[in-house]
Amino acid sequence: MSSLPWQEVPLSWYLLLSAVLFSLGIVGFLIKRNLITVFMSIELMLNGVNLSFVTFAHQWHAVKGQIFVFFVMMVAAAEAAVGLAIIIAIFRVRATLAVDRIDLMKL
Amino acid sequence: MHLILFVVFAGFCLAGAINLLLQSHPINSALSLIVVMTSLAVLYLLLGAEFLAAAQVIVYAGAIMVLFTFVVMLLNASREERTLGSRAAGKIGFPAVVAILGVLATIILHTQDLGTARIGEGLTNVKGSTNIEELSGVLFSKLLLPFEVTSVLILIAILGAVALARHGHGETEEREERTAGK
Repeated sequence: MSSLPWQEVPLSWYLLLSAVLFSLGIVGFLIKRNLITVFMSIELMLNGVNLSFVTFAHQWHAVKGQIFVFFVMMVAAAEAAVGLAIIIAIFRVRATLAVDRIDLMKL
Repeated sequence: MHLILFVVFAGFCLAGAINLLLQSHPINSALSLIVVMTSLAVLYLLLGAEFLAAAQVIVYAGAIMVLFTFVVMLLNASREERTLGSRAAGKIGFPAVVAILGVLATIILHTQDLGTARIGEGLTNVKGSTNIEELSGVLFSKLLLPFEVTSVLILIAILGAVALARHGHGETEEREERTAGK
């Protein structure tokens, strides 16, 4: 019944997808020069890790992985609210969003 | 069916993530991130995580991305300019990222006893229990204290966001008001 090859997907594909999403997040974090886009790349990394949590919850038939994703989502929501408020405060003082020009703490 | 859905939505995911990197305007990046998050919700559904799929759409694609697009429009963010810093970061960063991805991929591909996912396969395969029942059973008994602590965390985050984004930074603003009053 379920032995047809196109009815099932190996879990390693899901894990590979999550690894690729995480790496793309790192790339975005490094090459983007807009403060908001850098922040979005962090969200992309969080999502990639969440996918691997859900995959392993499926693999072990345990709820712990999904509960961990739930808590990550809550913390990400709090982080986004505070982070964007900080971005607004920075923009009000420096009037720019380019990370190269926000270099007060650079040696 | 599962394979088709996986390929289609994994493709959407990757296309959105790559588009996020290629676009130079933040609003385009934000919209492609919404595509990534919505297709991830479908993938959660395929893995038997119904509650998380709904939460992904509501919290991530809904609340967080609305906040992002709102801030992009509020600050009137313009196109980013490529600078020397981004090229240097690319030169050092890309080999490092490729190395990280290579290590992760080899570990994943050499893991032997990973299973497969089928449509309609629940989380714990107990008859008559749904995903939400299983999650809430643990969340409201064993993990009640962490769950309540997260609500306090959200409350503190809201207060912090309001305090940070409030107009002016306290002192200077009040001084201006006082001088204007005089």
